[in-house]
Amino acid sequence: MKILVPIKRVVDYNVKVRPKSDETGVDLNNVKMAMNPFCEIAVEEAVRLKEAGKAEEIIAVTIGASSSQEQLRTALALGADRAILVETEVEAEPLGISKLLKSIVDKESPDLIILGKQAIDGDNNQTGQMLGALTGFSQATFASEVNLEGDSLSVTREIDGGLQTLDINLPAIVTTDLRLNEPRYASLPNIMKAKSKPLDVIPAADLGVDISPRLETIKVTLPAEREAGVIVETVDELIDKLKNEAKVIS
Amino acid sequence: MTALVVAEHNNQELKPVTLNTVTAALGLDQDVHILVAGNTCSAVAEEAAKVSGVAKVLLVESGAYENFLAENIATLVSNISGDYDFILAPTTTNGKNVMPRVAALQDVSQISDISAIESSDTFQRPIYAGNCIATVKSNDSKKIITVRNTAFDAADASGGSAEIITLEEINDAGISKFVKEEIAESDRPELTAADVIISGGRGMQNGDNFSILEGIADKLGAAIGASRAAVDSGFVPNDYQVGQTGKIVAPDLYITVGISGAIQHLAGMKDSKVIVAINKDEDAPIFQVADYGLVADLFEAMPELESKI
Repeated sequence: MKILVPIKRVVDYNVKVRPKSDETGVDLNNVKMAMNPFCEIAVEEAVRLKEAGKAEEIIAVTIGASSSQEQLRTALALGADRAILVETEVEAEPLGISKLLKSIVDKESPDLIILGKQAIDGDNNQTGQMLGALTGFSQATFASEVNLEGDSLSVTREIDGGLQTLDINLPAIVTTDLRLNEPRYASLPNIMKAKSKPLDVIPAADLGVDISPRLETIKVTLPAEREAGVIVETVDELIDKLKNEAKVIS
Repeated sequence: MTALVVAEHNNQELKPVTLNTVTAALGLDQDVHILVAGNTCSAVAEEAAKVSGVAKVLLVESGAYENFLAENIATLVSNISGDYDFILAPTTTNGKNVMPRVAALQDVSQISDISAIESSDTFQRPIYAGNCIATVKSNDSKKIITVRNTAFDAADASGGSAEIITLEEINDAGISKFVKEEIAESDRPELTAADVIISGGRGMQNGDNFSILEGIADKLGAAIGASRAAVDSGFVPNDYQVGQTGKIVAPDLYITVGISGAIQHLAGMKDSKVIVAINKDEDAPIFQVADYGLVADLFEAMPELESKI
C-alpha cells in the first residue's frame, strides 16, 4: 500500500490577511506561512495507517515555489518517507494543480491519496474531487473516519445534518475533515532525520501539463465591515433591546 | 444561453437552498432548468416545477443516484452539460462533493461559493475565511459555480409551471457504495434554514453544558450551533459547526454564548441581521461585531435569559 499525500503551503491560520493597497491581491509580505491545517490532518492519517502496518510508503507532494520545500520537510518530519516538489512560480488553480497531481499519480501509482478538504487561503474545496475526475478514482470527501482493511476502504463522511458511511474501491481519494484526527507535533529528532529524507524537485514544465489560469482576479477588497454595537449591562436590558429596538423576538 | 441548477433534495422534498441557487441562476440567465437526480423522486421534480422562474425540470431516477454518490452524479451532470452555459449548485456538502468533479470532467475552473454576480463572467467570492472578497472573471466558456445561499434571496417556491422531462441517462461507476447515513433527528430547524441560531463555544466547557442552550432554543424556535473550538474540543458533532469550514448562516438573530469570535467563526455568521454576544471576557473580539454585547458569566446569564424570555 502506497499513500500519496498532496499538501499546500498557505498563510498561517492565525494571520488576519489584508488586501494589497492597489487591490491586486492579498498582501503576503512578511506573513507567517505554514502547512494548511487540513493537510496536516491528511499527513497524520497516512502516518497512522503506516504505523498500523496497513501502508508501506508515504509520499508527500506539493505544487508551488521553492519555498514550499519547508512544508514538505515538515511532512517528512511527521512521518512521510519521501517528498516531491512540483516546482512552479505560477499560482496554479485547483484544476491546474489536479492536472499536475495526475501526472504524479501516473508515475507513482498510489493505492490511496489523502488530502485536505480545502486550503484556508482560497477556500476553494476542489482539488481532491477534481483529481478524482481526472484519475477516475473513487472519492470520499470530508472524512471523519477511515477504516482500511486489506483492499476494502470504509470512510465516514461529515455531511450536512450528520454522517454518511461509504465503502469505496481502491485506488481511492479521501479528503480530510476536522475531526478525522489530531495531528501530532514533529519531534526534534524527527525534524533532524527529515533533513536527510529524499526530496525530489520536478519542474512543472517537465510534466507537459497546461496549468495556465482560467480565472482572472480583477480585485481583492475588504468585506463590508460590521459596526460594533452596544454593551448592555443586564439580561433585562438585553431582552428589552431585542424586543423593542431590534424587534427580533416577541 | 441556459443555466442548469443541480437540485439539493433527499428524494422526498426539495431543500430550500435550491431556491437561493435558482435566484443566482436567474441573475445570470433567464432560461433556468433544474436537474433532479435521485431515486423515486418525482415528488421533488413536481416541487421544482412550481418554483417561480424555472422553465424546465429534468428528472432522472435510478438507484445509481439515490445516495448522490459523486462519481455517478458528476458523470451525469457532465454528460448533459453540453446545452448549458452555466451550471450551478448550492455550496452544501453535496454541492461541494460533486461540482468540482463535474468541472474537471469538463476542463473548467470552478468558481466556488459566489457571494455576488457582477456580470455573466464576473463574480465575487470570499477568500481567507471571508477576510477578503475576491472579484474574479472566468475565461472558461462554461461556468461551473457553487452558490453561497445566504448571499441570494430564495426564489418563490410557487407560481411556476415548468415542464418536467424524464431523462434515461444512467451512470453507475460501481466504484463506491453507500453503506449508511446517520442524520441527527431534531425537532429544531436546520442551521442553514433557521431564523434564530444560538451557538456555543469553548466557554461552554463541555458537551453536557450545551443543554443550557436547549431551553432558550426551544422558546425561540432556534437552531443550535457551535464554534470550531467547541467541535474541536469534542463538545458537539461537526454538523453543528458554523464558520469557514462549517456552515455559513445568516439568520435574523444570532446569539453567541462563550464564543471569543475567531475569524474562522465570524466567516460563517457575520451576515446575520442581529448578533448578540454573551461572554465573560470583555476584550473578546466577538464584541466588535455584535449588535448587543453582554459581559457576563454564561452559567448565570443563560438561566436568567431562559426564565425571562
